[in-house]
Amino acid sequence: MLMRPKTAEKVAQTIIWSVSILVVLLLFFIVSFILIKGVPTLTWDFLTQNPTQSGRSGGILSTIVSTLMVTLVAILVATPFGVGTAFYLTEFTYESKVTKIIRFSAESLAAIPSIVYGLFGFIFFVIYLKLGWSILSGGLTMAVMILPTIIRTSEEAILSVPRAYREVSFSLGGNKWQTITRAVLPSAFPGITAGIILGIGRCVAETAAVILTAGSSLHMPESLFDPSRTMAVHFYILAREGISMERAYGTATLLIIIILGINLTANMLVNRFIAKTR
Amino acid sequence: MNLKKDKMLRLGFFLVALSTLSALAIITIFIFVEGVPLINKVGLVKFIFGMKWAPSQGLYGIFPMIVGTVTVTFGAALIGVPVALCVSIFLTEFAPKKIRTFMRSAIQLLAGIPSVVYGFWGLTFIVPFIRDYLGGPGLSILAGSLILAIMILPTIISITEVSLLSLPSLYKQGSLALGATHWQTIYHVLIPSAKSGIMAAIILGIGRAIGETMAVIMVLGNAVALPNSILDPARTLTTNIGIEMGYASGAHQQALFATGIVLLVMIMMLNSIAQFIVRKR
Repeated sequence: MLMRPKTAEKVAQTIIWSVSILVVLLLFFIVSFILIKGVPTLTWDFLTQNPTQSGRSGGILSTIVSTLMVTLVAILVATPFGVGTAFYLTEFTYESKVTKIIRFSAESLAAIPSIVYGLFGFIFFVIYLKLGWSILSGGLTMAVMILPTIIRTSEEAILSVPRAYREVSFSLGGNKWQTITRAVLPSAFPGITAGIILGIGRCVAETAAVILTAGSSLHMPESLFDPSRTMAVHFYILAREGISMERAYGTATLLIIIILGINLTANMLVNRFIAKTR
Repeated sequence: MNLKKDKMLRLGFFLVALSTLSALAIITIFIFVEGVPLINKVGLVKFIFGMKWAPSQGLYGIFPMIVGTVTVTFGAALIGVPVALCVSIFLTEFAPKKIRTFMRSAIQLLAGIPSVVYGFWGLTFIVPFIRDYLGGPGLSILAGSLILAIMILPTIISITEVSLLSLPSLYKQGSLALGATHWQTIYHVLIPSAKSGIMAAIILGIGRAIGETMAVIMVLGNAVALPNSILDPARTLTTNIGIEMGYASGAHQQALFATGIVLLVMIMMLNSIAQFIVRKR
């Protein structure tokens, strides 16, 4: 510390401000780089027509439908388990060995790389349970993957519901189930929904785990047992194999717009939730 | 009557909560059952320290990929950690409220962008840049590290921010009252007090870098050889699985699951260390 404190203060402030501004500029650069080339491709036809010639021409409708279906399966499966686990951890037990193990499992699930989820989903759902490359295999794999996200956000939402709500419910003769469903759940609901929405975001963005479990068929899926190709996988294949850069940019643009919309919705819900509980 | 009902309810929720543990167990068991036979056949030492990966000749050595993973991750941490720390300090200490809110959403977007998009951006922007100005094929460890450095920012920033925010405000007030400057307070009081949270943030960020696949596949060149410089292409454990799972079968496929075991063990160790640091506080 040879620098005079006041000089050090100036230097540190300058570095921290400039690095932070650079990070934001970098994000803008990445996003606009995709959007500038992709937005012109995003026409009504592009969104409503099926891809033809393995994506060289046509639109991306079947990949949009596949993404929706995989995400829907994942959310429908992960939500009850995630929210249930969060309720168990917050409402039914004190901190103990058991909660420690459950928390450790959730944190570990959050840390496992997506490609390992892909391996697992492939050997377990596709091969062992004989579901084949299908929407169901992809959706179930994603369900396990987003479970920790839903648990963590639901837990936070439940914990921030004031204690008094529960006490009032119990004092009025409500039992545990009534207290949870009628006193705690309604006020924790926006927070829980925000967690589910973030889970949707992860499903939409995921590539490695989905390509190994849902496959990469471009056909319009007709049932949960059909193989399919999600938008992120489609983008990857288009870009990597150089099939159609124009359509790759278009797909990426739609992905970024969806993620942006998801983040904004989740933030709005969380803010409303905070405003309500304070 | 009510008490009995509550007990049943509790049991129900307990069973639901066991889903995390069962999922973790099933994932581990299935990956190990698929991969261990091959490791036994090749020999653990030969598998991990083997220099040659040639599935068509039955050679399964993943040492070059371990080196690839470690160097790319180290590079990412070297670039990403200081940047992330600056941004976290900016968010908690310097940013005016409006800028802070805006910047949090920006970082959230950074976390949400699909990894393939980062890879594509790297491929069309960073890779040619390296090739033209620094030499080599462009597809390189440096390109991988740069992309990963950006991708681990949100993880490190959000955890560091939380641990800085959770410090008692008395620490800061006390230091300022003693006449320390704002930066002296940050550097000598706040950062040391949040040390364990910051360490955990860095470890989890490193875990993300190790586990990232799709972005790295697109910019790393994927050559299975020991790299000599950061401008050389390389292959990581994750990309090895990502590239070859598409067409592998038999022993080759088992070898990819065995690669997954090594990856899983590395991640679990890092994760346990991070959780240990956080809990110890």
